Amino acid sequence: MVQNIIDVRNLSKSFDISSKEPGLKGTIKHFFRRQTKSLKVIKDISFEIKEGEIVGFLGANGAGKTTILKMLCGLIYPSEGSILVSGYLPFRRKENFLKKITLIMGQKQQLIWDLPPIESFYLNASIYDLDKFEAKKRIKKLSEMLEIDEELFIPVRKLSLGQRMKSELLAALIHEPNILFLDEPTLGLDINAQRNLRKFLQIYNKETNATICLTSHYMKDITSLCKRVICVHEGAISYDGKLDLLLKKLSPVKEILIVCRSEEDSIKLQNYGFTVKNKTKNEITIEIENNSITSSLKTILNNFDIEDLFINEPPIDEVIGKVLIKKDYDI
Amino acid sequence: MISNLINRKIFTLLKVQYSNMLEYRVEIALWAISGIIPFFMLNIWTNNNLNESINISDVLLSRYFLCAFFVRQFSVVWVVFSFEEDSLMGKISPYLIQPLNPFFRYFAQHLAEQITRFPFALIIAFVFFIFNPESIWIPNLGILILSILSTFLSFLIQFLIQSILACLCFWTERASSIERLLFIPTLFLSGLLAPVVSFPAYVKSWIYLTPFPYLIDFPANLLSGNETNISRGLSMQILWIFLLFPLFKKIWSEGTKKYTAMGS
Repeated sequence: MVQNIIDVRNLSKSFDISSKEPGLKGTIKHFFRRQTKSLKVIKDISFEIKEGEIVGFLGANGAGKTTILKMLCGLIYPSEGSILVSGYLPFRRKENFLKKITLIMGQKQQLIWDLPPIESFYLNASIYDLDKFEAKKRIKKLSEMLEIDEELFIPVRKLSLGQRMKSELLAALIHEPNILFLDEPTLGLDINAQRNLRKFLQIYNKETNATICLTSHYMKDITSLCKRVICVHEGAISYDGKLDLLLKKLSPVKEILIVCRSEEDSIKLQNYGFTVKNKTKNEITIEIENNSITSSLKTILNNFDIEDLFINEPPIDEVIGKVLIKKDYDI
Repeated sequence: MISNLINRKIFTLLKVQYSNMLEYRVEIALWAISGIIPFFMLNIWTNNNLNESINISDVLLSRYFLCAFFVRQFSVVWVVFSFEEDSLMGKISPYLIQPLNPFFRYFAQHLAEQITRFPFALIIAFVFFIFNPESIWIPNLGILILSILSTFLSFLIQFLIQSILACLCFWTERASSIERLLFIPTLFLSGLLAPVVSFPAYVKSWIYLTPFPYLIDFPANLLSGNETNISRGLSMQILWIFLLFPLFKKIWSEGTKKYTAMGS
Protein backbone atom coordinates (compact mmCIF):
# COMPACT_ATOMS: atom_id res chain seq x y z
CA MET A 1 0.00 0.00 0.00
CA VAL A 2 1.28 3.45 -0.86
CA GLN A 3 2.00 5.55 2.20
CA ASN A 4 0.75 9.07 2.82
CA ILE A 5 3.76 11.34 2.64
CA ILE A 6 1.85 14.54 3.41
CA ASP A 7 -0.85 14.69 6.02
CA VAL A 8 -2.63 17.98 6.68
CA ARG A 9 -5.30 18.29 9.37
CA ASN A 10 -7.50 21.33 10.06
CA LEU A 11 -4.83 23.71 8.87
CA SER A 12 -5.44 27.45 9.13
CA LYS A 13 -3.25 30.49 8.63
CA SER A 14 -3.96 34.07 9.60
CA PHE A 15 -1.94 37.19 8.81
CA ASP A 16 -2.09 40.50 10.60
CA ILE A 17 -2.80 43.17 8.03
CA SER A 18 -2.65 46.88 8.78
CA SER A 19 -5.16 49.06 7.00
CA LYS A 20 -5.06 52.78 6.23
CA GLU A 21 -7.78 55.15 5.12
CA PRO A 22 -6.92 57.18 2.02
CA GLY A 23 -5.79 60.82 2.15
CA LEU A 24 -3.83 62.99 4.57
CA LYS A 25 -6.30 62.49 7.41
CA GLY A 26 -6.00 58.74 7.04
CA THR A 27 -2.20 58.97 6.98
CA ILE A 28 -2.07 61.03 10.19
CA LYS A 29 -4.54 58.71 11.89
CA HIS A 30 -2.48 55.74 10.72
CA PHE A 31 0.72 57.34 12.12
CA PHE A 32 -0.71 57.73 15.62
CA ARG A 33 -2.99 54.77 15.80
CA ARG A 34 -2.22 51.84 13.58
CA GLN A 35 -5.16 49.58 12.94
CA THR A 36 -4.44 45.95 12.22
CA LYS A 37 -6.83 43.17 11.57
CA SER A 38 -6.30 39.46 11.42
CA LEU A 39 -7.04 38.00 8.03
CA LYS A 40 -7.62 34.24 7.81
CA VAL A 41 -6.14 33.24 4.46
CA ILE A 42 -6.29 29.47 4.95
CA LYS A 43 -9.43 28.11 6.56
CA ASP A 44 -9.43 24.74 8.24
CA ILE A 45 -8.22 22.58 5.37
CA SER A 46 -7.38 18.86 5.49
CA PHE A 47 -5.94 16.55 2.86
CA GLU A 48 -3.40 13.76 2.36
CA ILE A 49 -0.95 13.17 -0.46
CA LYS A 50 0.51 9.79 -1.24
CA GLU A 51 4.14 9.08 -2.05
CA GLY A 52 4.85 9.54 -5.77
CA GLU A 53 1.66 11.52 -6.45
CA ILE A 54 1.67 14.68 -8.54
CA VAL A 55 -0.95 17.03 -7.18
CA GLY A 56 -1.93 20.35 -8.73
CA PHE A 57 -3.21 23.19 -6.57
CA LEU A 58 -5.69 25.31 -8.49
CA GLY A 59 -7.16 28.62 -7.52
CA ALA A 60 -7.48 32.27 -8.43
CA ASN A 61 -4.81 34.80 -7.43
CA GLY A 62 -4.84 35.20 -3.65
CA ALA A 63 -6.84 31.99 -3.09
CA GLY A 64 -4.13 30.63 -0.79
CA LYS A 65 -2.32 28.04 -2.97
CA THR A 66 1.16 29.48 -2.41
CA THR A 67 0.52 29.93 1.31
CA ILE A 68 -0.32 26.22 1.54
CA LEU A 69 2.92 25.29 -0.26
CA LYS A 70 4.92 27.61 2.01
CA MET A 71 3.47 25.91 5.08
CA LEU A 72 4.08 22.44 3.66
CA CYS A 73 7.76 23.16 3.11
CA GLY A 74 8.19 24.84 6.49
CA LEU A 75 8.76 28.36 5.26
CA ILE A 76 5.92 29.83 7.26
CA TYR A 77 4.39 28.83 10.54
CA PRO A 78 0.77 27.57 10.61
CA SER A 79 -1.67 29.38 12.90
CA GLU A 80 -3.76 26.29 13.66
CA GLY A 81 -3.88 22.62 12.77
CA SER A 82 -1.18 20.12 12.01
CA ILE A 83 1.08 19.24 9.08
CA LEU A 84 3.21 16.14 8.77
CA VAL A 85 5.51 15.87 5.77
CA SER A 86 7.47 12.66 5.51
CA GLY A 87 6.96 12.23 9.24
CA TYR A 88 8.34 15.68 10.12
CA LEU A 89 6.75 18.88 11.36
CA PRO A 90 7.90 21.14 8.51
CA PHE A 91 8.30 24.32 10.52
CA ARG A 92 10.92 22.76 12.78
CA ARG A 93 13.13 22.64 9.68
CA LYS A 94 15.14 19.66 10.86
CA GLU A 95 18.17 19.01 8.69
CA ASN A 96 16.93 15.57 7.62
CA PHE A 97 13.59 17.05 6.58
CA LEU A 98 15.20 19.87 4.61
CA LYS A 99 17.33 17.33 2.75
CA LYS A 100 14.18 15.59 1.54
CA ILE A 101 12.37 18.60 0.11
CA THR A 102 12.82 21.43 -2.32
CA LEU A 103 10.84 24.53 -3.17
CA ILE A 104 10.99 26.19 -6.55
CA MET A 105 9.31 29.52 -7.02
CA GLY A 106 8.99 30.70 -10.58
CA GLN A 107 9.57 34.31 -9.67
CA LYS A 108 12.36 33.83 -7.13
CA GLN A 109 15.88 32.69 -7.72
CA GLN A 110 18.60 31.24 -5.58
CA LEU A 111 21.39 31.24 -8.16
CA ILE A 112 24.17 33.78 -7.63
CA TRP A 113 23.47 36.44 -10.23
CA ASP A 114 27.02 37.34 -11.28
CA LEU A 115 28.51 33.84 -11.32
CA PRO A 116 27.95 30.90 -13.64
CA PRO A 117 25.31 28.42 -12.36
CA ILE A 118 27.96 25.74 -11.83
CA GLU A 119 29.29 27.74 -8.83
CA SER A 120 25.84 27.74 -7.22
CA PHE A 121 25.49 24.01 -7.91
CA TYR A 122 28.73 23.18 -6.10
CA LEU A 123 27.75 25.49 -3.27
CA ASN A 124 24.39 23.74 -2.89
CA ALA A 125 26.14 20.39 -3.10
CA SER A 126 28.32 21.29 -0.13
CA ILE A 127 25.33 22.68 1.80
CA TYR A 128 23.64 19.30 1.33
CA ASP A 129 26.83 17.44 2.31
CA LEU A 130 27.53 15.92 -1.09
CA ASP A 131 31.16 15.19 -1.90
CA LYS A 132 32.64 16.62 -5.07
CA PHE A 133 32.52 13.33 -6.96
CA GLU A 134 28.84 12.76 -6.18
CA ALA A 135 28.02 16.41 -6.96
CA LYS A 136 29.76 16.14 -10.33
CA LYS A 137 27.84 12.96 -11.14
CA ARG A 138 24.48 14.51 -10.27
CA ILE A 139 25.20 17.75 -12.13
CA LYS A 140 26.08 15.70 -15.22
CA LYS A 141 22.95 13.58 -14.97
CA LEU A 142 20.56 16.48 -14.31
CA SER A 143 22.14 18.74 -16.93
CA GLU A 144 21.69 15.97 -19.52
CA MET A 145 18.06 15.53 -18.50
CA LEU A 146 17.47 19.28 -18.63
CA GLU A 147 19.50 19.67 -21.80
CA ILE A 148 21.80 22.37 -20.48
CA ASP A 149 25.51 22.23 -21.10
CA GLU A 150 27.46 25.37 -22.04
CA GLU A 151 25.01 27.46 -20.01
CA LEU A 152 26.54 26.01 -16.84
CA PHE A 153 29.60 28.18 -17.37
CA ILE A 154 27.93 31.46 -18.36
CA PRO A 155 27.09 34.05 -15.66
CA VAL A 156 23.45 33.73 -14.61
CA ARG A 157 22.71 37.33 -15.55
CA LYS A 158 23.50 36.51 -19.19
CA LEU A 159 21.19 33.47 -19.43
CA SER A 160 17.72 33.55 -20.95
CA LEU A 161 14.74 33.04 -18.66
CA GLY A 162 14.31 29.45 -19.84
CA GLN A 163 17.99 28.62 -19.32
CA ARG A 164 17.86 30.27 -15.91
CA MET A 165 14.78 28.31 -14.88
CA LYS A 166 16.45 25.05 -15.91
CA SER A 167 19.50 26.02 -13.88
CA GLU A 168 17.27 26.91 -10.92
CA LEU A 169 15.71 23.49 -11.20
CA LEU A 170 19.10 21.80 -11.28
CA ALA A 171 20.23 23.77 -8.20
CA ALA A 172 17.05 22.81 -6.37
CA LEU A 173 17.29 19.12 -7.27
CA ILE A 174 20.98 18.47 -6.76
CA HIS A 175 20.30 16.83 -3.39
CA GLU A 176 17.72 14.53 -5.03
CA PRO A 177 14.74 15.53 -2.90
CA ASN A 178 11.76 13.21 -2.86
CA ILE A 179 9.19 15.94 -2.27
CA LEU A 180 9.05 18.86 -4.69
CA PHE A 181 7.04 22.00 -4.04
CA LEU A 182 6.74 23.93 -7.27
CA ASP A 183 5.12 27.34 -7.26
CA GLU A 184 4.49 28.54 -10.82
CA PRO A 185 7.58 26.79 -12.21
CA THR A 186 6.80 27.68 -15.82
CA LEU A 187 6.01 31.34 -15.20
CA GLY A 188 7.24 33.48 -18.08
CA LEU A 189 8.67 30.56 -20.10
CA ASP A 190 7.96 30.14 -23.80
CA ILE A 191 5.90 27.19 -25.04
CA ASN A 192 8.91 24.98 -25.84
CA ALA A 193 10.59 25.68 -22.53
CA GLN A 194 7.32 24.94 -20.71
CA ARG A 195 6.98 21.63 -22.55
CA ASN A 196 10.59 20.64 -21.80
CA LEU A 197 10.16 21.45 -18.14
CA ARG A 198 6.99 19.38 -17.92
CA LYS A 199 8.72 16.49 -19.69
CA PHE A 200 11.59 16.73 -17.23
CA LEU A 201 9.25 16.69 -14.21
CA GLN A 202 7.45 13.63 -15.59
CA ILE A 203 10.75 11.77 -16.00
CA TYR A 204 11.99 12.87 -12.57
CA ASN A 205 8.76 11.66 -10.97
CA LYS A 206 8.96 8.35 -12.83
CA GLU A 207 12.62 7.71 -12.04
CA THR A 208 12.64 8.76 -8.40
CA ASN A 209 9.00 8.28 -7.37
CA ALA A 210 9.15 11.83 -6.03
CA THR A 211 5.98 13.49 -4.76
CA ILE A 212 5.23 16.76 -6.53
CA CYS A 213 2.95 19.56 -5.32
CA LEU A 214 2.45 22.10 -8.03
CA THR A 215 0.69 25.41 -8.50
CA SER A 216 0.38 26.90 -11.95
CA HIS A 217 -1.82 29.22 -13.91
CA TYR A 218 -0.91 27.38 -17.11
CA MET A 219 -3.56 24.70 -17.46
CA LYS A 220 -1.29 22.64 -19.66
CA ASP A 221 1.04 22.17 -16.67
CA ILE A 222 -1.82 20.82 -14.63
CA THR A 223 -3.42 18.65 -17.30
CA SER A 224 -0.20 17.03 -18.48
CA LEU A 225 1.30 16.43 -15.01
CA CYS A 226 -1.47 16.02 -12.46
CA LYS A 227 -4.03 13.26 -12.16
CA ARG A 228 -5.28 14.82 -8.95
CA VAL A 229 -6.08 18.47 -8.24
CA ILE A 230 -6.92 20.38 -5.10
CA CYS A 231 -8.97 23.48 -5.85
CA VAL A 232 -8.60 26.31 -3.38
CA HIS A 233 -11.21 29.02 -3.15
CA GLU A 234 -10.79 31.87 -0.63
CA GLY A 235 -8.57 29.74 1.59
CA ALA A 236 -10.80 26.68 1.66
CA ILE A 237 -10.71 23.51 -0.43
CA SER A 238 -13.54 23.52 -2.95
CA TYR A 239 -12.57 20.28 -4.68
CA ASP A 240 -10.06 17.52 -4.02
CA GLY A 241 -10.05 14.62 -6.45
CA LYS A 242 -9.29 13.37 -9.92
CA LEU A 243 -8.85 16.00 -12.60
CA ASP A 244 -10.77 14.09 -15.29
CA LEU A 245 -13.73 13.68 -12.93
CA LEU A 246 -13.74 17.41 -12.34
CA LEU A 247 -13.59 18.12 -16.04
CA LYS A 248 -16.48 15.76 -16.69
CA LYS A 249 -18.50 17.39 -13.97
CA LEU A 250 -17.74 20.88 -15.17
CA SER A 251 -18.15 20.10 -18.79
CA PRO A 252 -20.77 17.38 -19.28
CA VAL A 253 -21.26 18.13 -22.99
CA LYS A 254 -19.17 18.08 -26.16
CA GLU A 255 -19.54 20.41 -29.12
CA ILE A 256 -19.99 18.77 -32.53
CA LEU A 257 -19.55 20.67 -35.76
CA ILE A 258 -21.39 18.97 -38.60
CA VAL A 259 -20.92 19.92 -42.24
CA CYS A 260 -23.96 18.70 -44.26
CA ARG A 261 -23.84 18.16 -48.00
CA SER A 262 -26.94 20.36 -48.45
CA GLU A 263 -28.49 23.24 -46.59
CA GLU A 264 -31.73 21.30 -46.58
CA ASP A 265 -30.18 18.61 -44.41
CA SER A 266 -28.76 21.16 -42.04
CA ILE A 267 -32.25 22.67 -41.57
CA LYS A 268 -33.66 19.21 -40.94
CA LEU A 269 -30.90 18.57 -38.39
CA GLN A 270 -31.63 21.89 -36.72
CA ASN A 271 -35.20 20.82 -36.08
CA TYR A 272 -34.30 17.27 -34.98
CA GLY A 273 -34.23 18.03 -31.26
CA PHE A 274 -30.52 18.60 -30.57
CA THR A 275 -29.29 21.65 -28.68
CA VAL A 276 -28.06 23.92 -31.46
CA LYS A 277 -25.31 26.35 -30.61
CA ASN A 278 -24.64 27.81 -34.02
CA LYS A 279 -25.74 27.46 -37.65
CA THR A 280 -24.39 28.90 -40.88
CA LYS A 281 -25.62 27.68 -44.24
CA ASN A 282 -24.84 23.93 -44.33
CA GLU A 283 -22.72 23.96 -41.12
CA ILE A 284 -24.29 23.38 -37.76
CA THR A 285 -22.82 23.16 -34.24
CA ILE A 286 -24.71 21.11 -31.67
CA GLU A 287 -24.11 20.14 -28.03
CA ILE A 288 -24.37 16.50 -27.00
CA GLU A 289 -24.06 15.08 -23.51
CA ASN A 290 -20.93 12.97 -22.97
CA ASN A 291 -22.89 9.82 -22.13
CA SER A 292 -24.96 9.86 -25.34
CA ILE A 293 -22.28 10.73 -27.89
CA THR A 294 -22.15 7.32 -29.57
CA SER A 295 -25.90 6.89 -29.99
CA SER A 296 -26.40 10.48 -31.16
CA LEU A 297 -23.65 10.22 -33.74
CA LYS A 298 -25.14 6.96 -35.03
CA THR A 299 -28.50 8.67 -35.48
CA ILE A 300 -26.95 11.62 -37.30
CA LEU A 301 -24.86 9.47 -39.66
CA ASN A 302 -27.79 7.18 -40.48
CA ASN A 303 -30.33 9.91 -41.11
CA PHE A 304 -28.41 12.74 -42.72
CA ASP A 305 -26.03 13.17 -45.63
CA ILE A 306 -22.89 14.34 -43.82
CA GLU A 307 -19.78 15.69 -45.55
CA ASP A 308 -17.61 16.18 -42.46
CA LEU A 309 -17.82 16.09 -38.68
CA PHE A 310 -15.67 17.50 -35.84
CA ILE A 311 -15.92 16.68 -32.13
CA ASN A 312 -14.55 19.49 -29.96
CA GLU A 313 -13.66 19.41 -26.27
CA PRO A 314 -14.53 22.71 -24.60
CA PRO A 315 -11.34 24.79 -23.93
CA ILE A 316 -9.75 23.55 -20.71
CA ASP A 317 -8.93 27.06 -19.50
CA GLU A 318 -12.60 27.96 -19.77
CA VAL A 319 -13.63 24.88 -17.84
CA ILE A 320 -11.06 25.25 -15.08
CA GLY A 321 -11.86 28.94 -14.90
CA LYS A 322 -15.24 27.95 -13.48
CA VAL A 323 -13.47 26.26 -10.54
CA LEU A 324 -11.71 29.45 -9.60
CA ILE A 325 -14.92 31.28 -8.94
CA LYS A 326 -17.03 28.56 -7.38
CA LYS A 327 -16.99 27.67 -3.71
CA ASP A 328 -17.80 23.99 -3.70
CA TYR A 329 -17.79 21.02 -6.06
CA ASP A 330 -19.54 18.03 -4.65
CA ILE A 331 -18.54 15.11 -6.85
CA MET B 1 32.99 15.35 11.99
CA ILE B 2 30.25 17.99 12.39
CA SER B 3 32.80 20.78 12.56
CA ASN B 4 34.48 19.35 9.45
CA LEU B 5 31.21 19.47 7.55
CA ILE B 6 30.52 23.03 8.70
CA ASN B 7 34.05 23.99 7.76
CA ARG B 8 33.58 22.50 4.31
CA LYS B 9 30.31 24.40 3.86
CA ILE B 10 31.88 27.63 5.09
CA PHE B 11 34.96 27.10 2.95
CA THR B 12 32.86 26.53 -0.19
CA LEU B 13 30.65 29.51 0.68
CA LEU B 14 33.76 31.62 1.17
CA LYS B 15 35.24 30.47 -2.14
CA VAL B 16 32.03 31.20 -4.04
CA GLN B 17 31.49 34.55 -2.33
CA TYR B 18 35.10 35.53 -3.02
CA SER B 19 34.57 34.81 -6.74
CA ASN B 20 31.41 36.88 -6.52
CA MET B 21 33.19 39.76 -4.75
CA LEU B 22 35.91 39.82 -7.39
CA GLU B 23 33.18 40.77 -9.84
CA TYR B 24 32.77 43.96 -7.78
CA ARG B 25 36.45 44.78 -7.24
CA VAL B 26 36.17 48.44 -8.31
CA GLU B 27 33.26 48.99 -5.95
CA ILE B 28 35.23 47.37 -3.14
CA ALA B 29 38.27 49.56 -3.85
CA LEU B 30 36.01 52.61 -3.57
CA TRP B 31 34.59 51.31 -0.31
CA ALA B 32 38.13 50.86 1.02
CA ILE B 33 39.00 54.44 0.06
CA SER B 34 35.80 55.72 1.65
CA GLY B 35 36.97 54.34 5.00
CA ILE B 36 39.75 56.89 5.44
CA ILE B 37 37.98 58.86 8.16
CA PRO B 38 40.70 57.93 10.75
CA PHE B 39 43.26 59.82 8.62
CA PHE B 40 41.13 62.97 8.74
CA MET B 41 40.88 62.55 12.49
CA LEU B 42 44.65 62.14 12.72
CA ASN B 43 45.05 65.42 10.87
CA ILE B 44 42.69 67.21 13.27
CA TRP B 45 44.46 65.76 16.32
CA THR B 46 47.99 66.55 15.24
CA ASN B 47 47.26 70.01 13.81
CA ASN B 48 45.68 71.04 17.10
CA ASN B 49 48.26 69.25 19.29
CA LEU B 50 45.43 67.44 21.03
CA ASN B 51 47.64 64.41 21.61
CA GLU B 52 49.66 66.30 24.22
CA SER B 53 46.69 66.22 26.57
CA ILE B 54 46.71 62.42 26.60
CA ASN B 55 50.48 61.93 26.51
CA ILE B 56 50.65 60.14 23.17
CA SER B 57 53.42 61.05 20.76
CA ASP B 58 52.66 62.08 17.18
CA VAL B 59 54.17 58.83 15.92
CA LEU B 60 52.10 56.60 18.20
CA LEU B 61 48.97 58.57 17.39
CA SER B 62 49.51 58.26 13.63
CA ARG B 63 50.09 54.50 14.08
CA TYR B 64 46.90 54.32 16.16
CA PHE B 65 44.78 55.94 13.43
CA LEU B 66 46.38 53.81 10.71
CA CYS B 67 45.54 50.71 12.77
CA ALA B 68 42.02 52.06 13.39
CA PHE B 69 41.70 52.32 9.60
CA PHE B 70 42.85 48.69 9.22
CA VAL B 71 40.62 47.36 11.99
CA ARG B 72 37.65 49.22 10.49
CA GLN B 73 38.42 47.78 7.05
CA PHE B 74 38.29 44.24 8.40
CA SER B 75 35.40 44.57 10.81
CA VAL B 76 32.87 46.64 8.92
CA VAL B 77 29.46 44.97 8.83
CA TRP B 78 26.35 45.67 6.76
CA VAL B 79 24.35 42.50 7.33
CA VAL B 80 21.31 44.38 8.65
CA PHE B 81 20.88 46.20 5.33
CA SER B 82 21.37 43.07 3.18
CA PHE B 83 19.08 41.00 5.37
CA GLU B 84 16.41 43.67 5.48
CA GLU B 85 16.28 43.87 1.70
CA ASP B 86 16.37 40.10 1.23
CA SER B 87 13.74 39.55 3.86
CA LEU B 88 11.35 42.20 2.54
CA MET B 89 11.73 40.98 -1.04
CA GLY B 90 11.34 37.34 -0.03
CA LYS B 91 14.83 36.53 -1.31
CA ILE B 92 15.74 34.59 1.82
CA SER B 93 12.90 32.11 1.27
CA PRO B 94 14.97 29.57 -0.74
CA TYR B 95 17.80 29.82 1.80
CA LEU B 96 15.50 29.28 4.78
CA ILE B 97 14.66 25.78 3.60
CA GLN B 98 18.28 24.76 3.12
CA PRO B 99 20.13 22.96 5.90
CA LEU B 100 22.34 25.98 6.61
CA ASN B 101 21.35 29.12 8.48
CA PRO B 102 21.16 31.97 5.92
CA PHE B 103 23.37 34.11 8.17
CA PHE B 104 26.30 31.87 7.21
CA ARG B 105 25.88 33.21 3.67
CA TYR B 106 26.12 36.79 4.90
CA PHE B 107 29.03 35.84 7.13
CA ALA B 108 30.91 34.36 4.18
CA GLN B 109 29.99 37.39 2.07
CA HIS B 110 31.59 39.70 4.67
CA LEU B 111 34.72 37.59 5.00
CA ALA B 112 35.08 37.37 1.22
CA GLU B 113 34.70 41.12 0.96
CA GLN B 114 37.42 41.61 3.57
CA ILE B 115 39.80 39.38 1.65
CA THR B 116 39.04 41.37 -1.50
CA ARG B 117 39.65 44.63 0.36
CA PHE B 118 43.03 43.53 1.74
CA PRO B 119 45.25 44.57 -1.22
CA PHE B 120 43.49 47.95 -1.48
CA ALA B 121 43.97 48.55 2.24
CA LEU B 122 47.67 47.69 1.85
CA ILE B 123 48.02 50.23 -0.96
CA ILE B 124 46.39 52.92 1.20
CA ALA B 125 48.76 52.04 4.07
CA PHE B 126 51.70 52.24 1.68
CA VAL B 127 50.63 55.74 0.59
CA PHE B 128 50.21 56.68 4.26
CA PHE B 129 53.79 55.62 5.01
CA ILE B 130 55.12 57.66 2.08
CA PHE B 131 53.70 60.78 3.74
CA ASN B 132 54.50 59.62 7.30
CA PRO B 133 57.77 57.67 7.05
CA GLU B 134 58.46 58.14 10.78
CA SER B 135 55.38 56.01 11.51
CA ILE B 136 56.76 52.88 9.88
CA TRP B 137 57.03 50.01 12.35
CA ILE B 138 56.98 46.24 12.32
CA PRO B 139 54.87 44.69 15.09
CA ASN B 140 56.22 41.47 16.56
CA LEU B 141 54.62 38.22 15.42
CA GLY B 142 52.80 37.57 18.71
CA ILE B 143 51.22 41.02 18.73
CA LEU B 144 50.33 40.68 15.05
CA ILE B 145 48.53 37.38 15.67
CA LEU B 146 46.69 38.76 18.71
CA SER B 147 45.71 41.86 16.73
CA ILE B 148 44.31 39.76 13.89
CA LEU B 149 42.43 37.69 16.46
CA SER B 150 40.99 40.76 18.22
CA THR B 151 40.03 42.33 14.87
CA PHE B 152 38.19 39.12 13.98
CA LEU B 153 36.48 39.13 17.40
CA SER B 154 35.53 42.77 16.82
CA PHE B 155 34.01 41.73 13.49
CA LEU B 156 32.12 38.90 15.22
CA ILE B 157 30.69 41.29 17.85
CA GLN B 158 29.52 43.72 15.19
CA PHE B 159 28.16 40.90 13.05
CA LEU B 160 26.18 39.52 15.98
CA ILE B 161 24.82 42.95 16.99
CA GLN B 162 23.70 43.66 13.45
CA SER B 163 22.30 40.14 13.01
CA ILE B 164 20.17 40.60 16.12
CA LEU B 165 18.91 43.90 14.75
CA ALA B 166 18.41 42.30 11.33
CA CYS B 167 16.14 39.67 12.89
CA LEU B 168 13.86 42.50 14.01
CA CYS B 169 12.83 42.59 10.34
CA PHE B 170 10.48 39.78 11.27
CA TRP B 171 8.54 42.21 13.45
CA THR B 172 9.19 45.59 11.89
CA GLU B 173 9.87 46.19 8.23
CA ARG B 174 12.58 48.79 8.82
CA ALA B 175 15.04 47.19 11.22
CA SER B 176 17.91 49.16 9.70
CA SER B 177 16.51 52.36 11.26
CA ILE B 178 17.15 50.82 14.69
CA GLU B 179 20.73 50.18 13.59
CA ARG B 180 21.09 53.92 12.98
CA LEU B 181 20.51 54.47 16.69
CA LEU B 182 23.71 52.53 17.30
CA PHE B 183 25.65 54.45 14.70
CA ILE B 184 26.39 57.47 16.93
CA PRO B 185 27.69 55.52 19.98
CA THR B 186 29.68 53.28 17.62
CA LEU B 187 31.23 56.31 15.96
CA PHE B 188 32.17 58.11 19.16
CA LEU B 189 32.81 55.31 21.65
CA SER B 190 34.58 52.78 19.44
CA GLY B 191 37.75 54.84 19.03
CA LEU B 192 37.23 55.69 15.39
CA LEU B 193 37.23 59.44 15.98
CA ALA B 194 39.40 59.54 19.10
CA PRO B 195 41.22 56.98 21.24
CA VAL B 196 39.01 56.05 24.19
CA VAL B 197 41.87 56.99 26.53
CA SER B 198 41.16 60.65 25.67
CA PHE B 199 37.74 60.54 27.38
CA PRO B 200 37.35 61.76 31.00
CA ALA B 201 38.00 59.03 33.59
CA TYR B 202 34.39 58.71 34.81
CA VAL B 203 33.11 58.37 31.20
CA LYS B 204 35.81 55.85 30.37
CA SER B 205 34.81 53.58 33.25
CA TRP B 206 31.33 53.34 31.72
CA ILE B 207 32.50 53.04 28.14
CA TYR B 208 34.60 49.99 28.97
CA LEU B 209 31.49 48.17 30.14
CA THR B 210 29.93 48.50 26.67
CA PRO B 211 31.06 46.54 23.60
CA PHE B 212 32.07 49.71 21.71
CA PRO B 213 35.73 50.21 22.77
CA TYR B 214 36.46 46.59 21.83
CA LEU B 215 35.38 47.22 18.25
CA ILE B 216 38.24 49.52 17.17
CA ASP B 217 40.05 51.13 20.09
CA PHE B 218 41.31 47.88 21.65
CA PRO B 219 42.51 46.10 18.46
CA ALA B 220 44.02 49.37 17.12
CA ASN B 221 45.90 50.05 20.35
CA LEU B 222 47.11 46.46 20.41
CA LEU B 223 48.43 46.53 16.86
CA SER B 224 49.96 50.01 17.08
CA GLY B 225 51.91 49.13 20.22
CA ASN B 226 50.06 51.57 22.47
CA GLU B 227 49.56 50.66 26.07
CA THR B 228 46.57 48.38 26.53
CA ASN B 229 45.40 45.58 28.78
CA ILE B 230 45.48 42.61 26.36
CA SER B 231 43.91 39.96 28.58
CA ARG B 232 41.07 42.24 29.68
CA GLY B 233 40.43 43.36 26.11
CA LEU B 234 40.28 39.84 24.68
CA SER B 235 38.21 38.57 27.63
CA MET B 236 35.68 41.37 27.16
CA GLN B 237 35.44 40.64 23.45
CA ILE B 238 34.83 36.94 24.13
CA LEU B 239 32.35 37.79 26.88
CA TRP B 240 30.31 39.99 24.53
CA ILE B 241 30.28 37.22 21.92
CA PHE B 242 29.03 34.76 24.55
CA LEU B 243 26.31 37.20 25.57
CA LEU B 244 25.21 38.11 22.06
CA PHE B 245 25.22 34.66 20.44
CA PRO B 246 22.40 33.08 22.54
CA LEU B 247 20.43 36.29 22.14
CA PHE B 248 20.80 36.02 18.37
CA LYS B 249 19.75 32.35 18.43
CA LYS B 250 16.65 33.13 20.50
CA ILE B 251 15.56 36.09 18.40
CA TRP B 252 16.20 34.11 15.19
CA SER B 253 14.11 31.18 16.32
CA GLU B 254 11.23 33.45 17.47
CA GLY B 255 11.52 35.67 14.41
CA THR B 256 11.34 32.91 11.80
CA LYS B 257 7.94 31.94 13.26
CA LYS B 258 6.79 35.42 12.25
CA TYR B 259 8.22 35.20 8.74
CA THR B 260 5.51 35.69 6.13
CA ALA B 261 7.66 35.16 3.02
CA MET B 262 6.51 38.48 1.63
CA GLY B 263 7.22 39.13 -2.01
CA SER B 264 7.29 35.48 -2.91
